Amino acid sequence: MTTVHERVDTFHDNDQKPVGYGRMLRKEDPRFLRGRGRYVDDVQLPGMLHLAILRSPVAHARIVSIDTSAAEASPGVKAVVTGAMLAQQNLAWMPTLSNDVQAVLATDKVRFQGQEVAFVVAEDRYAARDALELIDVEYDVLDPVIDARRALESDAPLIRDDLDGKTNNHCFDWETGDEAATEAVFARADVVVSQDLVYPRVHPAPMETCGAVADYDAVDGKLRLWSTTQAPHAHRTLYAIVAGLPEHKIQVISPDIGGGFGNKVPIYPGYVCAIVASIVTGKPVKWMEDRSENLISTGFARDYIMRGEIAATRDGRILGIRTNVLADHGAFNGTAAPVKYPAGFFGVFTGSYDIEAAYCKMTAVYTNKAPGGVAYACSFRITEAVYLVERIVDCLADELGMDPAELRLKNFIQPEQFPYTTKTGWVYDSGNYEPTMRLAMEMAGYDELRREQAEKRARGELMGIGIAFFTEAVGAGPRKDMDILGLGMADGCELRVHPTGKAVVRLSVQSQGQGHETTFAQIVAEEIGIPPADIEVLHGDTDNTPFGLGTYGSRSTPVSGAAAALVARKVRDKARIIASGMLEVSVADLEWERGAFHVAGDPGRSVTIQDIALRAHGAGDLPEGIEGGLEAQICYNPSNLTYPHGAYICVVDIDPGTAQVTVRRFIAVDDCGTRINPMIIEGQVHGGLTDGVGMALMEMIAFDEDGNCLGASLMDYLIPTSLEVPDWETGFTVTPSPHHPIGAKGVGESATVGSPPAIVNAVIDALKPFGVRHADMPLTPSRVWDAMRGQARPPI
Amino acid sequence: MQVTMTVNDVEVTREIEARLLLVHFLRDVLGLTGTHWGCDTSNCGTCVVWLDGEPVKSCTVLAAMAGGHQVRTVEGLAKGAELDPVQQGFMQCHGLQCGFCTPGMMMTARALLDRNPDPSETEIREAISGQICRCTGYATIVRSVRWAAVAEAQAAAQVTETTESSEAGEIDNAGQPAEAVA
Repeated sequence: MTTVHERVDTFHDNDQKPVGYGRMLRKEDPRFLRGRGRYVDDVQLPGMLHLAILRSPVAHARIVSIDTSAAEASPGVKAVVTGAMLAQQNLAWMPTLSNDVQAVLATDKVRFQGQEVAFVVAEDRYAARDALELIDVEYDVLDPVIDARRALESDAPLIRDDLDGKTNNHCFDWETGDEAATEAVFARADVVVSQDLVYPRVHPAPMETCGAVADYDAVDGKLRLWSTTQAPHAHRTLYAIVAGLPEHKIQVISPDIGGGFGNKVPIYPGYVCAIVASIVTGKPVKWMEDRSENLISTGFARDYIMRGEIAATRDGRILGIRTNVLADHGAFNGTAAPVKYPAGFFGVFTGSYDIEAAYCKMTAVYTNKAPGGVAYACSFRITEAVYLVERIVDCLADELGMDPAELRLKNFIQPEQFPYTTKTGWVYDSGNYEPTMRLAMEMAGYDELRREQAEKRARGELMGIGIAFFTEAVGAGPRKDMDILGLGMADGCELRVHPTGKAVVRLSVQSQGQGHETTFAQIVAEEIGIPPADIEVLHGDTDNTPFGLGTYGSRSTPVSGAAAALVARKVRDKARIIASGMLEVSVADLEWERGAFHVAGDPGRSVTIQDIALRAHGAGDLPEGIEGGLEAQICYNPSNLTYPHGAYICVVDIDPGTAQVTVRRFIAVDDCGTRINPMIIEGQVHGGLTDGVGMALMEMIAFDEDGNCLGASLMDYLIPTSLEVPDWETGFTVTPSPHHPIGAKGVGESATVGSPPAIVNAVIDALKPFGVRHADMPLTPSRVWDAMRGQARPPI
Repeated sequence: MQVTMTVNDVEVTREIEARLLLVHFLRDVLGLTGTHWGCDTSNCGTCVVWLDGEPVKSCTVLAAMAGGHQVRTVEGLAKGAELDPVQQGFMQCHGLQCGFCTPGMMMTARALLDRNPDPSETEIREAISGQICRCTGYATIVRSVRWAAVAEAQAAAQVTETTESSEAGEIDNAGQPAEAVA
């Protein structure tokens, strides 16, 4: 079924022979298969206590009083801590990743349902939970702000009265593009289409919830913290800043992580509470949230109310795109994005099209909902951007009476235009869109599908075909433009080759299931010729890995993958000098092939990388000026993001009697540049497509008017199971990144970004006989039913 | 209260609180951390173990209810050094990523194959539909279970000295082109 393009190698250096890339089974699998994975909740330390958090039952209230006396007297309880007690140590508030502040434990008010109010430390989980029931909190309930549209009304209740001089719920304004130039192209356009779109609040909901084990040793002043973090080094630095502990005395260990998807980027109050609890009690303390806590209090995603406008000529030439966004950031701006990008990378909303002008104006507000904002495999808000552009392009196709594939093909940025600077200032590194689109159409049998659809329509059956074409921007930095709270978005890598020719590579990024232990071994193997099986990959321990910003925004391969390739080349350069001494020839006379240097013109005279490793550590002399050992370390600062792209086609059937949408087929053609392990890439794509089905058809974190979270369990927040998704059809093209050392681009979030508009476009296409032009996600049966009756309403 | 049960063929007796959940008994008391805790509401299935050979969600079973019964967890799936075909299939077909849902998925898959050695894709999807995987998109899990079914059929065929040439091709199609494996 899958059609593939031949791999195109564009390595800088032709002496590199691929021994590392290709389908390889995962090195990390055996421990997981035997139940020997080591997740945070698996950590058991002698004398360990358990922490549970009391959370606010209401969305907005002033705290009148908290009585902890009964809880303190409860069996097994070791400590009960409130916000007032933290305030005495100046720990009641902490900085968010967006330069806002967030309460660790509420002192003055609670600002969302589920906010942390107090914690109990007890001998076991059950005793801690029992004691929570005995804490008596008196709340003076205030009117909440739940609808972002209401937040800036003059009589809206003020949420952030903790901020000096704050008189309204405004969070930030942001704009990009050229307003006047965009206005000009809209004024002369033959056709202008406008559409209101809501991207509802959703939640990453990794199967493992968030948690930590804090172990503070008062004698040596060392804090060891096992935690569910995608960014252990950044967290260590922030703990040093927040808690005032010296950074060299903090060890953050991120062991096996049961899925992240962005949910495990922020620092949550629970982590800080666990640290405080260990310091207070002198014992190791475990905090592990339950599923409801995860869904109601940790990093959500999306929550954008958008108006998209597109201007075009009558013959389908897109001239401009304009959008106005109202962004709901919840009670605290906990967005995890580079500081100069408060809207993440939403600026790529011009998509894959060569247009004349674009403009976006955004207003972000506070509401009485959980904080967060960037999460769920979104590549820093590119999910929202791609949804916007791919929906309004479909709306334009509908208006023009053009086939949506034809409209896209007509407007693509052409291969010779790369590197291409968009009208919002993003420099797309490489792309060749038409072959990717054509391959997806060929795999889908696009023309045949349209014929089938016409026949079914004639019979009153509802079948839809949806297309989305995306360009992503992944692999943040460069550091001059991108930082998280002043920490530049670069990543380190260290490679040591042991005397017997085995190696260990240490990464600053952290896998949450992406298979780093395999992929990074393959990258190093490709460069240095040591088999992947002989390369140990270490990550997720700040005492034992170099500094770097971690894994999110699909940045592991673009940033850390580059670091791994370059550090291996650095080691190889040293190995070449040692080899020249061993073979008694000049460096220039050596040729590199398959893990060995041989004398040019005399292949019989050669030394392997293993021979060289032994010599590097051995008793003999080394060439003058060369130190012993065979190792290197670098910190890689990317010169640009990488820009993967893809073409997705979705086929849906809708039951006219129940309005149930079935995704019959989904064809995904991805181009992520050089492919390291096709099996792992396919797995990443499959997972993202499933996320897309969830968001498009099922998932939404909804609230009632009082601010009660209506998606507080997996009975209420619906995630796709094996029955809601088809057998995925994947293909690929290869357009290497010109600036990445091995030509690779990120792929971890491509499918999450690209699939929701393909599915929604397919559903709207199916509903054409009803005159439906748009209906918002999630397209549940009841919402589709309403749309079929001309009553489509936004979900918020 | 005191509870006695057989876990992975070993009889264990422990003093427990009556309200202790089986998942916490296995993890916190016995240290069998391969069984995970994911949702509390029987939706996610990361806690699936066998109770007398039937998959159950151990987050909604009291440890006391398992008293006198046979429990099997993921730690009891392999036969010593030899992985169960289901475990092999998950590795061969990339049926896992973060690994958190994997033990529960494999326990359900093993139970399915025990009662239906040749399940269709639809039957596999139905069998695992009470469990959530956030990483794989399920297709590779389905392939993994099919791999195990075919592998077991081949092994049985070899034992009875019958031919199995037609089945060999299916393993390749199930995601395992041998020549591509490094």
